[in-house]
Amino acid sequence: MIKSLGSFIGELRAVGLPVSTAEALDAAEALRVIDIADREGVREALAATLIKLPRHRAPFDVAFDVFFGNAAPAEERAEHDDTPPQGAESGVDDLIAQLAGALRSGDTAGLEAAVRRAVSRLSGFQKGRPVGGRYYLYRVMQRLEGIEEALAAGEELSGLDALLDRDDVAALLERLQAEIRREIIERLVADRGPEPVARTLREPLVEDLDLMHATRLELERVEAAVVPLARKLATRLAQRRRRGRHGRLDLRRTIRRSLAHGGALIEPQFRRPRLSKPDLVLLCDVSGSMATFARFTMQLTYAISHQFSQVRAFAFVDAVDEVTGLFGTGTDFAESMARLSSETRVVAGDGHSDYGAVFRDFAEQHGDVVTPQTTVLVTGDARTNYREDGAEVFADIAAQARSVFWLNPEARRFWDTGDSVMRKYACWCDSVDEVRTLRQLERFVEQIALPQHRPSRKLASGVLN
Amino acid sequence: MSNWSSTDDVAESLQRSGYLTDPRIAQVVFLADKLEKPILAEGPAGVGKTSLALALAQATGRRLVRLQCYEGLDEAKALYEWNYHKQLLRLQSDEGKAWHEIEGDIFTEEFLLERPLLEAIRAESAVVLLIDEVDRVEMETEALLLEVLDAFQVTIPELGTVTAKDRPIVVLTSNNTRELSEALKRRCLFLHIDYPSVEREQRILLAKVPDLPDAMATKIAKTMRSIRQLAVRKAPSVSESLDWARTLLALGVEDVDAKITVGTLEVLLKYQSDIDKASRELLEP
Repeated sequence: MIKSLGSFIGELRAVGLPVSTAEALDAAEALRVIDIADREGVREALAATLIKLPRHRAPFDVAFDVFFGNAAPAEERAEHDDTPPQGAESGVDDLIAQLAGALRSGDTAGLEAAVRRAVSRLSGFQKGRPVGGRYYLYRVMQRLEGIEEALAAGEELSGLDALLDRDDVAALLERLQAEIRREIIERLVADRGPEPVARTLREPLVEDLDLMHATRLELERVEAAVVPLARKLATRLAQRRRRGRHGRLDLRRTIRRSLAHGGALIEPQFRRPRLSKPDLVLLCDVSGSMATFARFTMQLTYAISHQFSQVRAFAFVDAVDEVTGLFGTGTDFAESMARLSSETRVVAGDGHSDYGAVFRDFAEQHGDVVTPQTTVLVTGDARTNYREDGAEVFADIAAQARSVFWLNPEARRFWDTGDSVMRKYACWCDSVDEVRTLRQLERFVEQIALPQHRPSRKLASGVLN
Repeated sequence: MSNWSSTDDVAESLQRSGYLTDPRIAQVVFLADKLEKPILAEGPAGVGKTSLALALAQATGRRLVRLQCYEGLDEAKALYEWNYHKQLLRLQSDEGKAWHEIEGDIFTEEFLLERPLLEAIRAESAVVLLIDEVDRVEMETEALLLEVLDAFQVTIPELGTVTAKDRPIVVLTSNNTRELSEALKRRCLFLHIDYPSVEREQRILLAKVPDLPDAMATKIAKTMRSIRQLAVRKAPSVSESLDWARTLLALGVEDVDAKITVGTLEVLLKYQSDIDKASRELLEP
């Protein structure tokens, strides 16, 4: 057990989950005190000691199934399986009926047996064949197409009952898919051993997803992780000074307080330090080349503006429009995204980004929102489509602001190639960072907190000019 | 340490205290007890993180010491403080005496104001220490907690080091408004409590709302699952589903349907946009 724990933790680290030595020791200690015959109990115990973020639980579970699954050799399974070889359609219908019955009645043992039969017969599993688990899962699920119908309640339902039944079926299907997946993983492990199987099942963590090319489904996972980060980002960007415990001495209250001690000024009273509110302006490129990333920046905007009132958000393609109201309190993200394309004027011409026109428009129409207390955060790839770059206007905006940060979702090596003019803007920014993953965004958030990482803009521009 | 021999044991004794566990909660509580480690319970508001600590106190027959965290919480409010006023009065009443005579007197037990953390450490018999909403304190205060959680001892310069006789069971709760430091997480057993499954919610409903018929409990639990899946801003928690069950009972509803649900959505959802969204979904699925 300890040996497989070692390789299991190795795998978790390979996926990118941060498991410290102290946590590994805790896990080993936990295995000593719990009932290790109970597999689900072991799973929870290891999860509690090794995993400290909810979003890391899914990759943990996959690895757990690989390393601590029921790895009886495939031959043993085959013995339980006395049904005719694969193919016969009537067999599939029977299987569907068995699976649906076991799922509906919540019969775990029956479900496991039926899943074993289904995988034997439908997956076309061959020993030593170098295909991944996803292929087999897809094959089985495809053959079991009719199960959704079999699971649905027989009679015609209406209203609330229909809705609840739909969600019931969805939950049961998910359960079935998980069972089949686990069975396939166990067979693969019996065939090849855990390490190679785990390698083929690795998926990037949410924090390592490339936000420029993420799928919609992946972005939804990102959404949950964005909220705490957005809060941290907004507070950090807005911090005006280092937060001391005390503000200035409050003489009036100190004297008032001294009366309790016979007039001795023994307990100095301080004014509470004023909590700084983030005064933040977001400028987000939402053009076609940035489509996926734009969805992410809008998520970020949404999360930030739900927590802080003094945040103004602007979106642009070749024109700029304020979107603060769209994402403010009491709005719904999906709706706001729909309204972003229908109700705002972010496209004036052909729908390709035009930074020159955008900065000019912004300075003319919204120049007054940038004050010496404002932090400006720009997200964009700085690709001008060979149009005017408007760097001098940007410099004026930057000069008015307290600080300017630029987040570029392109890999750093592509900056200043082709129509990218990142350098021209960079000299007016406090920092320009490559942010293509949540992890990079987090690093950016951490860095801006440290004063030594806050280069003076005047110095930076002086060097380049 | 308690005398739990298995996770079933844990589940049973917590159930007697009115807390329905699931296998995950039972396992983590069991481990926390055996390994003497704090539990860091995280999850959406209203799923029973705080009530877990309350139930633990009741199940083990220990006293509950609660430290409610908030922004600006400091050592003087969390650990201990000297009672200036009393010390001053003491000095005044002793006027004329030599300093060395008084000095020993004013830094004694009598002038110490105990705050929750010190209270938990100095308690005669072991306690359950609940550190609620730990994500609200600043980083520096978190560091203070680390020190205490590590060794369960505190050094008061004038009095010496105080060590806990029995290690308390510690439960920290977090709503995940910010990420906690790695160091703190490393020291804890992590327990993510999510919204309950349909079966567990049904059991909770039946346990807490005695007059509720079985069929209604099932239906309410399923409706809750469907509403939580709608990507609403603030999904209804267990306490809201209990409120809803009581509301339905009070209205004399015998069978939940879409119309009644839409009519009572205010009990479940707190934002107008959420209510609109859910009504739309419920009326035209």
